[in-house]
Formats: sequence, structure tokens, C-alpha cells
Amino acid sequence: MQNRRTFIKSLVLSASIAAIGMPMAASAADTIKVGILHSLSGTMAISETALKNVALMTIEEINAAGGVMGKKLEPVVVDPASNWPLFAERARQLISQDKVAVVFGCWTSVSRKSVLPVFKELNSLLFYPVQYEGEELEKNVFYTGAAPNQQAIPAVEYLMSEEGGGARRFVLLGTDYVYPRTTNKILRAFLNSKGIPDSDIMEEYTPFGHSDYQTIIANIKKFAAGGKTAVVSTINGDSNVPFYRELGNAGLKATDVPVVAFSVGEEELRGVDTKPLLGHLAAWNYFMSVDNPENKAFIAKYRAWAKANNVPNADTVVTNDPMEATYVGIHMWKQAVEKAGTTDTDKVIEAMGGQTFKAPSGFTLTMDKTNHHLHKPVLIGEVREDGQFDVVWQTKEPIRAQPWSPFIQGNESKQGL
Amino acid sequence: MFRTLLCRCALLLALGAGTAQAALAPELVEGLAASDFSARMAAIEALATAGPSAVEVVDALEEGRFGTVEGRAVIVRGGQVIDLATGEALEVEAAAVGIVRLNNRLRRAASTARAGLTLETGSEGERLAAARTLAENPSEALLPLFRRVLAGDPGEAVRDLVTQAMARVQLASADPAERRAAAEALGTSSSRVVLAMLEPLVERDAAGNWREPDESVRAAAADSIQSIERRVAFAQGVGMVFSGLSLGSILLLAALGLAITFGVMGVINMAHGELLMVGAYATYVVQNLFRQHLPEYFDYYVLAAVPVAFFVAAAVGIVMERTVLRFLYGRPLESLLATWGISLVLIQAARVTFGPQNLELANPSWMAGSVELFAGLSLPWNRIWILGFSVFVLVLLWAMMQKTRLGMFVRAVTQNRAMAGCVGVPTGRVDMLAFAIGAGVAGLGGLALSQIANVGPAMGQGYIVDSFMVVVLGGVGQLAGAVSAAFGLGIFSKVLEGWTGAVIAKILVLVFIIMFIQKRPQGIFALKGRFVDQ
Amino acid sequence: MRTPFSLRLFSAMPAPARIALALFALAAFVWVPVAHLMLPADHALHLSAYWVSLLGKILCYMVVAVAMDLIWGYAGILSLGHGMFFALGGYAFGMYLMRQIGRDGSYGADLPDFMVFLAWKELPWYWTGSDSFLWAAFLAMALPGVVAFVFGWFAFRSRIKGVYFSIITQALTYAAMLLFFRNETGFGGNNGFTDFKRIFGYSITAPETRVALFALSALLLILCLLLGRYLVTSRFGRVLAAIRDAESRVMFIGYNPLHYKLFIWTLSAVLCGIAGALYVPQVGIINPSEMSPANSIEIAVWVAVGGRGTLVGAVVGAGVVNLAKTWFTVSFPEYWPFVLGFLFIAVTLFMPQGIVGLARRLFARRAASGAAPATRVGHAPEPESEPVGGPAAVKGAGA
Repeated sequence: MQNRRTFIKSLVLSASIAAIGMPMAASAADTIKVGILHSLSGTMAISETALKNVALMTIEEINAAGGVMGKKLEPVVVDPASNWPLFAERARQLISQDKVAVVFGCWTSVSRKSVLPVFKELNSLLFYPVQYEGEELEKNVFYTGAAPNQQAIPAVEYLMSEEGGGARRFVLLGTDYVYPRTTNKILRAFLNSKGIPDSDIMEEYTPFGHSDYQTIIANIKKFAAGGKTAVVSTINGDSNVPFYRELGNAGLKATDVPVVAFSVGEEELRGVDTKPLLGHLAAWNYFMSVDNPENKAFIAKYRAWAKANNVPNADTVVTNDPMEATYVGIHMWKQAVEKAGTTDTDKVIEAMGGQTFKAPSGFTLTMDKTNHHLHKPVLIGEVREDGQFDVVWQTKEPIRAQPWSPFIQGNESKQGL
Repeated sequence: MFRTLLCRCALLLALGAGTAQAALAPELVEGLAASDFSARMAAIEALATAGPSAVEVVDALEEGRFGTVEGRAVIVRGGQVIDLATGEALEVEAAAVGIVRLNNRLRRAASTARAGLTLETGSEGERLAAARTLAENPSEALLPLFRRVLAGDPGEAVRDLVTQAMARVQLASADPAERRAAAEALGTSSSRVVLAMLEPLVERDAAGNWREPDESVRAAAADSIQSIERRVAFAQGVGMVFSGLSLGSILLLAALGLAITFGVMGVINMAHGELLMVGAYATYVVQNLFRQHLPEYFDYYVLAAVPVAFFVAAAVGIVMERTVLRFLYGRPLESLLATWGISLVLIQAARVTFGPQNLELANPSWMAGSVELFAGLSLPWNRIWILGFSVFVLVLLWAMMQKTRLGMFVRAVTQNRAMAGCVGVPTGRVDMLAFAIGAGVAGLGGLALSQIANVGPAMGQGYIVDSFMVVVLGGVGQLAGAVSAAFGLGIFSKVLEGWTGAVIAKILVLVFIIMFIQKRPQGIFALKGRFVDQ
Repeated sequence: MRTPFSLRLFSAMPAPARIALALFALAAFVWVPVAHLMLPADHALHLSAYWVSLLGKILCYMVVAVAMDLIWGYAGILSLGHGMFFALGGYAFGMYLMRQIGRDGSYGADLPDFMVFLAWKELPWYWTGSDSFLWAAFLAMALPGVVAFVFGWFAFRSRIKGVYFSIITQALTYAAMLLFFRNETGFGGNNGFTDFKRIFGYSITAPETRVALFALSALLLILCLLLGRYLVTSRFGRVLAAIRDAESRVMFIGYNPLHYKLFIWTLSAVLCGIAGALYVPQVGIINPSEMSPANSIEIAVWVAVGGRGTLVGAVVGAGVVNLAKTWFTVSFPEYWPFVLGFLFIAVTLFMPQGIVGLARRLFARRAASGAAPATRVGHAPEPESEPVGGPAAVKGAGA
């Protein structure tokens, strides 16, 4: 008797909770919904929360200027909590439940790869703003971050040049996942092509969250005894702090062994004491310290938005490359929709090719006609004491992206893309 | 071209040595104004031997007051633009000068130049620092300078450094006797860089010929290589032991509190990592207070943070114990789950209050940098201090356990709760105080961690598994267990890491502990007792 | 002659529960396919692909919860590393799914994408046979089973119990997670396995495949419940409960607890493995963070919330917590960790028997105020005291 009641009552309980869970999609026909898919909790929250903030600020800016095709943009923010399977679930929810026209999101390559099947299946659009390893070109994705030839290779060329120190021996140090592995594979092939033998290249990987770099720094010191050494760091996330601290304490100065990092920007330097890091380098397509009117306006707008929306530490917020890429991506999407006259995915994809935008980096960025990547300039910056970067070198013009690196076997047939 | 430039500079210097505050040699100034990067760099390096008038140029370079205007090299002195070739002020706006920004290369050239200028003329400390800088980066152009210095009376340390510097340069000399003398002199070095310089001398090239034709030079080099290698290997060993001890001290600070609470109450506190985090955040708050209100004493914020971190973490611990754990006595598995819930709440609370970003914690100046020992071995100060701190905390805790009444009660309850209760020990209160102390020690651990690793809301999660391993391995009831387990694991991991890399080392350590526990489930140091269901 | 096994299986379940299971089977095998496949998309009762996948995922989690309940509620073994077995099953089946991508990956090569960017030229030895569905299915059961058996043999033989056991299971899953995060291990590292195209010849994104996977998950859950109920009401189950309550006494009587614990431990791991194998194609990705200690601890909380020692409690707990999680991370993402945390605390403090226990107590009170006394029901008695891993506890004498 009791058992049946219990069982049935518990089933009803679960069912009612399920019913609560079913969202009632309130459809407002005079807004365009835009999805924001960034982790707001978990390990990636540190990096991705700022992207959500910039996206909301940009949407506010666009709405204040009249919206898109007369309609206001309505942001739909979800939190996949640094959990890759959850990214796919949230993406599906945004597209099929909330019926968003486009999604701006993802940071790690895993998250992008896990949502890709959803975007392909439901034919929606993703704008991905972070520098990555390339080796991908999907119809439903627009990549507003750098491909390796727009970040890694120019940085290594700078290190090898007279100005950059004339390095002839390289330490390739990264976190153990696809972006550093692929980037280092490309760099190794590039260095070999410049006459640097494998014996002059040291490659090491540490897991995410690794914090004890004593042994690795000792190994770098040993390797650097051979002279003219530079370190290329693709260490990601939290591990950068203990790495740079240990580097500073071990007395490896930037004038002896310069370290160029690809995942360290203004946001990451906020948690670090920068005195021992002076002179170490980063390579990006944008720095907050770039001096031009667009950047000044961008920074001012973001600071104001952060204050108005109670972002913690709003007076010391910084802007960085992925944030600028998000900003550019949203504006370009708006332009493409207005050109196509509709938010229909295929028409917008067609209209995106050739879009241009005067970006805060001071350059006019162009969305390539065929390969879904932006033409971006390369800037090399040295760490300053205040946590900003001094630009020590930059390209004269934006560079076209090569998503299929010529340095990886098997890409020979894809070089035209 | 570079060499002729320098020779000419040296010549002109010899000629113009008498004129005080004279303008620099024209070729030098021309080089400084050059738009070609290498020419400019060469000229800056040549400033090392350009006499006292070059000091101002180096200063200007480092302070961002050196630049070019209309193809002439100028410096900005007190708002005026001074032409380096003539020494006269120009009628140009300071803002119109194209300032030369320093990058790494130029910075290095500038510091070499400064070292060269202060080697003879600076104070004792300056001369030593200059000698060190030049010894790492000597060039042939500096040989006359070195000879002059050695001819004078430079003091023992400087003499050694300059001799080494000269020897490095003379290793490439055309005269075999000089080369052999240099190879011998370098035998006293303990630098890997020198080793890398000597090694080619005993190698054959691709065609099979000796790179170094002279036999005596080869022999001298081989001897020197052996003695340097010995020194370097020893230094490496010492370094490994030190990093093992350093890791062990961190494990100890992280796990000590857990060992106490587990020993007393049999509760594994899954929120232990968050107590570390609370201590680290307390340190951050203290740092900010010092920055705002007491900037002159900023260096001592760590000392002030010690009691703060302890008491704040202890307070959190007491709250945890009184509100949740007290009701879960005798149910260790439920306490485990409840404390996991508490850890989630604490992490999110930190995230909401302080933001999800990592926080910036600056090392005070006496904890920054490292102490250079022999053979390139440098021990970072922060790790040395943390090692000392962990010993200090250990001693305090031992004193508390052995010499105070509370300690006696804690030991009694750990050994046999029922009997202790029977003889009148207030077990509930002892539980609360023991938990508070354990939490406080965790707070101190967080303080130590804040000086080395990241401080963020989820920082404790990375130390939970390690703390548990130390407690499980070491056994409960005695501090000696935690100590031996922590330092043992630290050294063992570091030694393994040298062979297999960090990840495999960690996995092997975990597997080792799992196997060890099968053999000896009670840990290394276990209390003896008659318990059936242990 | 002995009654056939299938009959015994069914008769172990009390009649009311059998009816509930039948209703559930009806919902899973009839209503869901109709609602997803036949009703048009804008119909009010249509179930979208999002919901089918979500519910399928939750069904897999329910199976894991039942497996956890078997070892924790009925044998008193708290494992904080069960996520590892779930993930191992997922990886084993994932290898098959990766092979099924064939040449449709980004590189158009025979090898999976992650091997191409690692510059590997051929499949490592442990990938042999992974293009066979049968082998993959077998491996999804055998791999977690063997690992569990070996670990359990060593652990239970040394009579490691209670908190110590939980800690080393946590260490085990942590070590496994570190191992799988390494790209050199050959399982995709941090990326894991993703971008699946086909299963058993059918497209993985087709609605029919989705419904079929959902139905299989439901079938697995029903079988697990039947098997579980049968085991715990048999003689085996009684010995197991005795081991949970007083292991030493059981030993003195003459049973060897090792065999019983090892059996239920291995069975539990195998069930988790199968659940993992069904989870992966529905979610579309498997990655080493499934092995994180946090995931495994969450499994324990599902069982605790629902009610330990009652199989239906595990199902209820898994359902409630996961649906709440889905709802919260959409509506109030910043508050989800608070909710989960307080849920843990509240359940251990105030609802030690979970939702089901609470419900039972409420109905017992109402039945007691009526005429008939509560009938003895065929489920295992609620656990009253824990086997303690430290000194025997005395409730706060004197403070």
C-alpha cells in the first residue's frame, strides 16, 4: 500500500518539477534575441566573465543607437559553468528553445568543439573571439580571434630578429591541450624551416592548474646555458601566475631569457606582481595601451558600463584582445544583418564576407570573403610595471589568416582557403 | 664595422680623456642616431668605454629621455633638448623628439654600458654589481677595461669576476697559450654557461677533426669541464632536495590542520581547502589595508596577516563546527558530504564578494628574489621563508599539544574518546577548540600559499587531495605522522618529477599511496589501541 | 523445479512498484517517441530534441545513482570515485564512436583528429577492435568491471573501510583524471572525444537515434531496478545488509565479507559503465572532467537527497537534483552552487533518509493515525548507525 503511494507520489513530484523546469518561451516579436555562451562559474569564469560583460555593453550600445533593422537586441545569457558537455546543452537550448539569431561565445577549444555539432545540426551562427590553434574552418562559425599565423609565427620571428634578441634556441612550454600542442607543432616546423635543429628546441607540457614550476624553471635554466634562448609560453589560465612568480624569483630576467606568452593579457596580469616580469613579452592583435581615439572611447565605455552594472573592482577593469574581438564581432554581425536585411543564417553568412570595422586596435579589420577569419594586425608588447603592455613592434597592415597552417602535413591542398 | 667603430672610439677616448664633460666621439654619436637597429645597439654598448660623459646618456636612455630629432642624437635635459654631437641646446620642442623606447635588447645593452662605466668609478657595491653584469656578458672590446681594473686594486670578489670575464673572452684568442690559460682559469667557475663554452673545445666537428687544434688547451678544458660538472651536479642535487622540502613544507601547512581534526573527531573535512582560501583572502584584505593606510610599513603586512589569517579561519571553523558538524558526530560519511556542501557555499561566497578573478598578492621585498648559492643554484626567498614558517608553526603546535592542558585533552580524545569522556574531559568543547585550531592552521597555510600560488575562489580545491593523502599516509594522532608524510611525499615527488615529468610523478605518488594503504591501513605512525572496527 | 530467473526477478518487486514501473515503461517507450517523432514541432505536447537528450542524460544518471545506492545504501561502502567507472564506460564506447567518424573528421584522415594533431601515425594497441560495436559494448562493461575488481580485491582484502576507503577512491579517480588529461595517453586529452557522426550505421543526430538511445537508457534503468530489488531481497542482500551494519560479527559467524562486497562493488561498476556508454552518444562528448572528484561526490549527494537504502530514492534524488541544476544554471547561475551546497548540508542534517524517507514518515504518521498498522514492506531496513572509521562515537558526553 505504502510502497505504491510512495512510488507514485515521488513520480508525480519529479514530474511536477520537470514541468516547472519547462521554460515558457515568451516571444516578443519586436526584439532580436542574441545568445551569450560564456562560463560564469568554474575555472574559466576568470577569463570569460569579462567577455559576457563586453557583449552586454556592446548590445546596449547598439540598442542606444537604434538597434538592428529598427529592432532592439535582447541578450540571452546562459552559464555553461566551464563544463564542456553543458556547453553543448546550453547551445542547443539557446538555439531551439530561446530561438536566438546568433550566439557569441566559447573560449576553450574544447567548448567550441563540443558545440560545433549543435550549430551544424541546427544551422545557427557562432562568433568565436579567442585566439586558437587553427585547423578548423566551419561554415557556421566566424572566428574573430587570431589564427597561429596572426600571433604565434610573427612573435617567434620577432624573437629571432636582431631587435628581439636574436634567439636561436627555443623552449616551447605549454599547458597540455590542443591549442598549445598544435601551436607548438606549427612552431617546430617553422623553426626547422628556418634552420633551427630539434636539439635546440625544448618542448614541455604541464596540466591545467599546475602550480609548482620549480623543476621546469631549473630545466629552462639548464637549457638556457647554451645561450641565445627564448621561451614561447602557451601556458593557459591560472598556471601563469606561479610560473611568472617562479621565473622572477629564479632570476631569469627578460634581458637574458625573454618569454613571449600567447595567453597572457591584461586580465591575467591583474593577479600578478609585475615587477619581476618587466620586459617579458606577449603577442596579441590588440593591447589596452594602444593610443588612439577608438580605443579611448572603447575603454571609457566599458569602464562606465562596469561601474553602472556593479562589476567587482569596476574602477580597475581592463580590456583585452578577446574582449575587443567580441566587440568587433557583434558590430560586424549587425552590419551583415543590415546588409542582408534578415537574420536568416545563410543570408547573414553571405553578407559577412568583406565586412570592415574600425577596431580599437587602431586598424580597420576586414572579415575575409571566404575563410570566415578576420584580417588582423600583430602587436608585440612588453610588460610594464602597471600591468599594461608597451608595444615594441607591430605589423604595418592587418594580416590575412591561414586557418590551415602550411606547416602541418596534410594541409597542402587547403592553402588557398 | 663594429670593431673599427670601437677602436676609433677607444682611440678618441685616449685622446680626449682629459676633457671633462666633453662631447662624445662623433662616430659614437653617429651610431646612436642611426636608424639601423644593430648600429644603434653597437653604439650603446660602446658607451661602456666612452668615459664619464657617457653616464648621462645611459641615464637618459633608461629614463626615456634619449631620442632623435632631424637625424641627430639628442637627450632631453630639464626640458631642454641637447644635441649630443655639440653639447649645445637645440631650438626644438621636447615633444618633437622621437624618444627611443627600450626593448629587451636595448635594455641589456644599456645595462652593459652602465656596468662598464661604473666598474672603475662606482662605489664598492656598484663595482661588484657591475663586475657581475659584465662577467655574464663580456666582449672583446672590454678587455682593456678589464686589464686596467686588474692592474689596480679592485678587491677580491671583483678580481675573481673580472678574471673570469677575461678568461671567457680569451678563450677565443688566437694565441694557444692564452687559450690554455683561459681554459685553466675557467676551471674554478661553477656556471653552466661556462660549461657550454668549454664543451665545444673537446668535441670533434662534422668532418671528424678536433675543433680545438692545440692539445694542451684541450687537456686544460677537459679538466675544467670535469670540475665544473661536479659542482653543477652537486648544486642540482641540492636544488632538488630544496624543492622537495619546499613542496613538503607547503603540504605540511595544508595538511596539518586536517590531521588534527581528523585525529580528534574522525571527520574528514572536505571544506579544508576553503579554510586555506579563507586564510589567503584574509591576507589579501590585510595587504589592501596596509596599502591604503600604512604604505610605509607595507613590507610587514605578512607579519600582521599571521594572526588575522589564523583567527579568521578559526572563526569560520567554529561556525562550521557549531552549526553543522556538531550534529553529525559518529557519522563521518555524512560529515564528509555536509562539509562538501559547505565548501561549495564558501567558494561561491568568495566569488560573489571578491569577484571570480584571481587576486594580486605582492611579495614583500624581503621575500622577493632569491639567494644565489654556488653553481647557478638560486633558492627563492619566499620558499625559504615558508619552509621556516612551517617549522615554526609545527613547533608551536607541538608545544601546544605537549605542554598545554588543551593539548592534553586533545590527545586524550584522539586516543579514546569514550574513556576521556568518562574521566571528565569535556569532549564537545575539545572538539570545537580542536576544530578551531585545525582551521586556524589551515588559515596559516593559506597565508603561505598566497605568497607562492594563485589566490582565487577555488584555490583550495587543488590542495584537498594532497592534504588527504598526507593525512592518510601519515596516520593520525601524532604530528610526527603528518610531518614525515608531508616531507617524504614532497621529496619523493620532486625526485620522480626529475625522471618522469610532473603528471606521471603525481599519478605514481597517488598509486603508491593507494598501495601503501593496503599494506598498512593505519598509516606510517599509528596509535596503538584495541579497536575492533578500525 | 526452480522458478525461472525472470519470474523471480519480477516477483521480488512488490506489486505497486511493478505498476509504477509499467507506467514508466509506457511513458518511455510509447509517449516519448510519439511526442518527439510524430507530433509537429509547435504542438504543445511536442518534446524537442533538447528535452529528449536532457531526459536521456538524466536517465543515465539515475542508473549511476542506483548503482551507488547498491553499494552505499545496502553495503555501507561510500565511494567518492564512482564517476571514474562511469567515464571509463563512456570512453570505451567513445572509442567506437570515434572510429565511426571515419574520414569525416576535420583532417579527413583514418585516425581520429586528436591523433593527427599529435602527429601519430597509427592507432595505439589499446585501440584495436574499437571499430566493432560488439567489442565496444563489451569493453564498456569489462573495463570498469576489471578495474573495480582489482581495486576492490586489494582494498577489501585489507579491510579498508569508512572514511579511509572513500578517500582512496577519491585519489583513484583523481589519478585517473590526471592520466586521461595527458594527451600522450591517447584518449584525446582535454578535448576528449567529440564530433561523433554515426552509431551502428545510423546518424547520431537523427531524431530516431535519439529516441532509440532514450529508450535504451529507460530500459537499462528498469533492468537495474529489477536486478537491484531482486538482489537486496535475496539472501545475498541480507548478508550484505549485515555486513553494512556489523562487519566483524558477520565474519565471526563464518561469512567472508570480501566476496559479497567485491561482487556488489564490481556489479555497481559495470552498471555505471553501461550507463556511461549510453550517456556519451546522447551528450555528444566525453572528457576527463567526468572523472573529477567533484562529479563523484555529486553522485553521492543524489543518493543522499533521494534516500539511501531505497532504490527508488536514488532515482528520485538523481532526477530532482539534476532537473534543479538545469533550471538553476539557466535562471540563476550565480546561485546554483549555493543551492547545491545548502542542499548537501540540509539533507545530511535534517533529512538523513532523504526525500523518500521523509515521504514515508509523513505517510506512516497518517497511516498510524488511521486504523491499519504499517505492513512490513519488502525493502531493506533503514541504516541506523554507521560503521565508524574512528574511535567509537559517544554522543557529546558533557558538552
